[in-house]
Amino acid sequence: MTLDYFANLLGPVWLPVWTLAKIVAIVAPLLLGVAYLTYAERRIIGYMQVRLGCNRVGPWGLLQPIADGLKLMFKEIVIPSGANKGLFILAPVLAMAPALAAWAVIPFADGLVLADIDAGLLYVMAITSMGVYGVVLAGWASNSKYAFLGSMRSAAQIVSYEIAMGFALVGVLMSAQSLNLTDIVQAQAGGFWHWYWLPLFPMFIVYLVSGTAELNRAPFDVAEGESEIVAGFHVEYSGMAFAIFFLAEYANMILVATLTSTLFLGGWLSPIPGVPDGIVWLLAKISFVLFLFLWFRATFPRYRYDQIMRLGWKVFIPVTLVWLLVEGAVMQTPWSYLFH
Amino acid sequence: MISRIKHFFDTFLLTELVRGMALTGRYFYARKITIEYPEERAPQSPRFRGLHAQRRYPNGEERCIACKLCEAVCPALAIQIESEQREDGSRRTTRYDIDLTKCIFCGFCEEACPVDAIVETRIYEYHGEQRGDLYYTKDMLLAVGDKHEAQIAQDKAADAPYR
Repeated sequence: MTLDYFANLLGPVWLPVWTLAKIVAIVAPLLLGVAYLTYAERRIIGYMQVRLGCNRVGPWGLLQPIADGLKLMFKEIVIPSGANKGLFILAPVLAMAPALAAWAVIPFADGLVLADIDAGLLYVMAITSMGVYGVVLAGWASNSKYAFLGSMRSAAQIVSYEIAMGFALVGVLMSAQSLNLTDIVQAQAGGFWHWYWLPLFPMFIVYLVSGTAELNRAPFDVAEGESEIVAGFHVEYSGMAFAIFFLAEYANMILVATLTSTLFLGGWLSPIPGVPDGIVWLLAKISFVLFLFLWFRATFPRYRYDQIMRLGWKVFIPVTLVWLLVEGAVMQTPWSYLFH
Repeated sequence: MISRIKHFFDTFLLTELVRGMALTGRYFYARKITIEYPEERAPQSPRFRGLHAQRRYPNGEERCIACKLCEAVCPALAIQIESEQREDGSRRTTRYDIDLTKCIFCGFCEEACPVDAIVETRIYEYHGEQRGDLYYTKDMLLAVGDKHEAQIAQDKAADAPYR
């Protein structure tokens, strides 16, 4: 095989080169997906508001994300006086890196995964939690009270919803008896009614909603709140540094959509038994969840900040805890098949 | 008690949110109201108040008699008029300037004019590339009027029954 030929040729250098190739194979489509997610957002929300959305640049406006990207790249990155320059530049990187790193353990199809590690779910939780450092540092390094307040708000929100999100995932791993994402998907084999969204319906809803809150997306976008305040933690950012924050936000959106599809909607499995499984199903499910996110944004008015906190702490955490209790209790009885 | 149970399920099953999403979902398929501007245009009234023009009589004589009513009524003080007696004894303007950067396009000058000399046309696609380009002098206003007289006369006729 040609791969073996190259492996012999390069010797010890082969492993890093091959891993790098696989990383590029994941990140390049992901960034393209991010670009076209912004396009889809503008078109879909436009349509729901009885407008057309961007349709000028290229056929059907398809080149709009390219034009936006070029514009942002040529803009100046203004570093405010008094800002901590090093951290100011580092913050967007810290926001972006976890959004990309988490993809290492996502199984795209049976066996099609960069790192098939046993604690995959734990890895995802740990890595995505790192994203909040980018937010906090961006607000702090800007040396601006508005950026600082914005970062406090969004950091508190992200940290609060992480708990409910984590509990929702505990439900999944109890059902699948595994932390490995490939095993979790395979445990859902058997078609639409065997996916975990049904037995873990409250968890599914909690995960979807707290995922939206984690992403600082409407209706939980008080941190950005474009119709009332200019922006949250990234007010002082411009040009490509600002664009990196946006890339991170949208990459995280795709990540949460992928995790929802993997954990609750059966990953690459096909909904009808007999129809072949494959990556196409995963992509379809991701698109569906992403469409839901955009639909939410076009529909719901923004939550008030104290309501966000109340929902996270006083509703979601108790609901997930109760359902974990129910699940744990039922699994000790003859009806435990309900959760498998 | 029943209502409290109902409330419990309504809130936990997010029924109101689903109803809201059904509404926006329906609008997703609704006919779009966007007017794609350069290709499509919004309809205009004959009373449309766009770029100004000075008109002439069919024999080529300019209508303006320098009564300065428009200058007096202009709320933005955008009009400046100077007048002199012409050789034939009639009073005519020597200067009639409208600063379009001051103008608020209220149409009062057109209303005030006793001889329908100053009018606002349907033209709204014009621009200036330098400061002062939008300072329209008498010659420029007359040129606009000469160019679009047919349309102006038609609009005036269409509006005449209502005044």
